[in-house]
Amino acid sequence: MATRSKAVPVPTPETRPYWDGCAAGELRIQRCTDCGEAYFYPRPLCPSCGSRAVEWFTASGRATLYSYVINHRPAPGFEEEAPYAIAVVQLAEGPRMMTNLVGVPATPEDLVLDMPLRVAFEQRGEITLPVFTPAEEGRS
Amino acid sequence: MTSAATGAGVGVAIAGAAETDEVGRLPGHSTLALHVEGALNAVADAGLSLKDIDGIATVAAPGPVQVAHALGIQPDWMDGTGVGGTSFLLHVRHAVAAIRAGYATTVLITHGESGRSRVGAPPYRTDPASPLGQFEAPYGTLGPTTTFTIPLLRYMKDYGLTHEQLAYVAVAQRQWAAKNPRAMFRDIISVEDVLASRMVAYPFHLLECCLVTDGGGALVVTTAERAADLARPPVHVLGTGEASETPMISQMPDFTESGMFRRAGRKAFAEAGITTDDVDHLMVYDAFAHVPIYGLEALGFVGKGEGGPFIAEGNTEPGGVLPLNTNGGGLSYTHTGMYGMFAIQEGVRQLRGEAAAQLDAPEISVVLGNGGMFAACGVLVLGRHPK
Repeated sequence: MATRSKAVPVPTPETRPYWDGCAAGELRIQRCTDCGEAYFYPRPLCPSCGSRAVEWFTASGRATLYSYVINHRPAPGFEEEAPYAIAVVQLAEGPRMMTNLVGVPATPEDLVLDMPLRVAFEQRGEITLPVFTPAEEGRS
Repeated sequence: MTSAATGAGVGVAIAGAAETDEVGRLPGHSTLALHVEGALNAVADAGLSLKDIDGIATVAAPGPVQVAHALGIQPDWMDGTGVGGTSFLLHVRHAVAAIRAGYATTVLITHGESGRSRVGAPPYRTDPASPLGQFEAPYGTLGPTTTFTIPLLRYMKDYGLTHEQLAYVAVAQRQWAAKNPRAMFRDIISVEDVLASRMVAYPFHLLECCLVTDGGGALVVTTAERAADLARPPVHVLGTGEASETPMISQMPDFTESGMFRRAGRKAFAEAGITTDDVDHLMVYDAFAHVPIYGLEALGFVGKGEGGPFIAEGNTEPGGVLPLNTNGGGLSYTHTGMYGMFAIQEGVRQLRGEAAAQLDAPEISVVLGNGGMFAACGVLVLGRHPK
């Protein structure tokens, strides 16, 4: 059976700045200039207050581990990595996003909820994908 | 709480309810054939003929037009709401509204899914340009075992749920399944058995994940007045609720509770004019072992963090104070992929007095359905008697 490759995102006009940011090594997300709320995933309105007065900014890349599973049944392209963690992280700015964790073994002992993380980037075809890795406390 | 029921209107009841002749492994049935078999069984159960059906509801694939056409009927009203496994609970709610509005008198709601054998089944596909395709699929998700499961570690840390308590959800439900000859898994199991089963997605072991089966079922919904003259004891729809939450598990607002379960439940309970004390029988969609815990807490049967201990103390198993998932649930009875229809069927059977693990004359059954990964919810309050 031919090996299938990992899923590659296809940007849309409203998400393009996010993916362009990743390609530049920056985690760019949006915030509302009316209520100040930062949010993810990219969309042209603030999900907190409905305002269309929103802007892109570069997030710090700092996050904490909110929750995860360690997946033993790999998705296409992940066969060599299984078991691997599929995590949700909480960005320092507030929003949460799904990610993978790199530079740390995928075991419950190594993956402690609320541990500090920082963003890193991986190439996936034409796309640069944000992933997260353990950070020293107080550093980014 | 004794607040008066709101949304007063004509009484509506489930007059016919049936599953396919068999559930489990049915490689000789296509998805559409499962819809048709369930439909014919439910219409016959009501003592009606297909000519009596003037409304139809089912999920988008194969859809109400296809199912109606296959049955040779031309309904005046249709609903193709497809929000995952809870869709059929929403169809009941929408049918109640349609019947009250005079858009239809007798609505057929069908489910059929070749979830295991995949005969004539719609493909699983994630659009790589969708939010899910851009922001979750690239991280190696592969269906519900890798997504629906993600919130639980947060809950475990914040509320102290143990691995043993999670495992006990499967143990309790297997005790019900052992009484149900149609259940796929019927052998009694222990917490040790569950924790020794293969790890699927930590912290979930195989026996904490639902089955994948083939099957179907259908309901006939009409006015309570009409239902009273039909073949079977009517099961009255006393209250309904629906709510949406998130299309992506990563964006679930609070990983330790389901807001949509709570919101839909409040609507259904208020309309029915009931409190948790009035509930004799409960079905909570159990795609995974944590969902009944979230359901018990969101509906207010127990406080936050108390769902796991409540089940582990035996309260929901045979002989317990709150019989839960008495067909064995998605964990042990059957789970085609969109399990909600089977949860409703068990509520109807219990109120009619014809369940395999029959309770002592329950008056009120509550059914909570989940769609997607904590994406959409429907709740039905069903009664042996009208309000």
